[in-house]
Amino acid sequence: MNLKRFNWEPYLLLLPSTLYLVLFFAWPMFQAFGLAFRTDEGQLTLAHLQRMFGDAAFAEALRNTVKLIIAIVPLQFILALVMALLMMERLRGSDILVYIYSIPLAVSDLAAGIIWFSIFTERGYLNSLLHGLGVLDKPFLFLNYQTSWPLVAIILAEVWRATSIVFVVLVAGLQSIPRDYVEAAEVFGAGWFKRVWRVILPLLRPSIQTALILRTILAVQVFAVVMALAGRGVNVVAAEAYRWYGEYRNAHMAAAYAMFILSISLATAFVYLRTVRVKEEMRL
Amino acid sequence: MKRKRTVLSSRLIGRGLVYLAAILIALWILIPIYLIAMAALSPRDVIYDWPKPLFPQAISVETMQFFLNSYQVLPSLRNSVIVALLALVVSLVIGAPAGYGLARYVFRGQDVFRVAILSTRAFPIVILSIPLGVIFRQWGMYDSLISVALLHVAMALPTTILVTSSVFMGVSKELEEAATVFGCNRVQAFMRVALPLALPGLAASAIFTFVLSWNEVFAATILTLFNRTLPALMIVQLDAAPVAFRFAGGFFILIPAIVFMFFIRRYLFSLWGITLK
Repeated sequence: MNLKRFNWEPYLLLLPSTLYLVLFFAWPMFQAFGLAFRTDEGQLTLAHLQRMFGDAAFAEALRNTVKLIIAIVPLQFILALVMALLMMERLRGSDILVYIYSIPLAVSDLAAGIIWFSIFTERGYLNSLLHGLGVLDKPFLFLNYQTSWPLVAIILAEVWRATSIVFVVLVAGLQSIPRDYVEAAEVFGAGWFKRVWRVILPLLRPSIQTALILRTILAVQVFAVVMALAGRGVNVVAAEAYRWYGEYRNAHMAAAYAMFILSISLATAFVYLRTVRVKEEMRL
Repeated sequence: MKRKRTVLSSRLIGRGLVYLAAILIALWILIPIYLIAMAALSPRDVIYDWPKPLFPQAISVETMQFFLNSYQVLPSLRNSVIVALLALVVSLVIGAPAGYGLARYVFRGQDVFRVAILSTRAFPIVILSIPLGVIFRQWGMYDSLISVALLHVAMALPTTILVTSSVFMGVSKELEEAATVFGCNRVQAFMRVALPLALPGLAASAIFTFVLSWNEVFAATILTLFNRTLPALMIVQLDAAPVAFRFAGGFFILIPAIVFMFFIRRYLFSLWGITLK
């Protein structure tokens, strides 16, 4: 590396990406602010935000989104941790298992929603199974939105679809833990549970934080799964943003929702950035 | 001796339980895929049957044909492929040089760039499509496939940069330097040595972008009206569509995802592991 002369090559290589992300990422984000806080005439206003917060649909959408996050994120975490720990056991055929466990990574939220729709719908597989077992003699309306069953279906579909991401992050984290640590604990008589609780989990903390926050950010945007399973029956924030833009033709209100989603995500991201710093210190 | 045997047998039981858990989780993932495949590949009268058979009775492409011949499905399938290919090419052409730059050079601002790229993860992509929808309309690009592709590139670019940078880091720098010693210039050394070695990794990154674009619903729905991509078409028609349409459509958009996943399984952790850290 020539230290004396200024080398412009790397900057040239990075330039197209930087320009692209400024034009199609940073600038639209900034524009979203303008849409949310301005009238059509360009005056600053809080009217859109006030209208959003005062809207009954907003309260309902927020309530559903929060319910979903609270249910989905911990379930995914526990399941993914079990899956990742199973991978540590060096099972026979673990290559196939890793492939199967990661299939949902490539499954779209829409496809996942439709898959679980085929299970929960009136003449679906769950009703057929329950009938076959003699539990039901006529179909039960699981996706009736006056019950909480649609929420349960959405939670299952999301856990089914997006646990794989958490799984991959945790496996990557587990691989960076030296085996000696775990073996040392075993030599000193720590049982399996104690090794997980006292050695693995503390060392895995950065990955756990990353996975949790990432999942929270993605769960705030949950959309297609909800549309496929419950249509208008269950409202969530992202679907409400979509409706304001696509159906009510009001980009200002849609942007207000976008800003709301952004602020939730950034609040989470604040923790996320701190996590990265923890990671540097804890690097082994 | 007796104690030893009980320890051994409890070990065996423990091992059995571990396998059992691993298989149960695999079934939890596979059974829903099996069910949608069975639904999509049954004749139409079976789809409306109740109770539904839990094992395939007769395999038929009737339902899939019905889906593919439904109004607008084939044009929007073509749109989806065009958008995904555009997104793949643009993100690779723009992103791979940045990845190479990050991998090969030490320069001021490198960490800032890396952190900036990583921090895009914290922004919900969903919200980009709303201001971009307004911007594209001002540019006269409303309802155009290019606008959808541009947004998909914005989503995929950070991942492409990070993945390609790790791909190029895996290609030894010495090989390129050796090529320059033998008379190649920097560009030739890259084209003849680094690029061929990096090709499988770059292909994996491209497939990742394709799947991401193929799956994306929200932005495609916001940005298009008549030129729908397949998922966008499906989501706006979902409420009114017959069940056969939904099952077949859901299965149809699922297949390429699973196939591609199989091809990039080797890169699984470098694709998702790195970019999520």
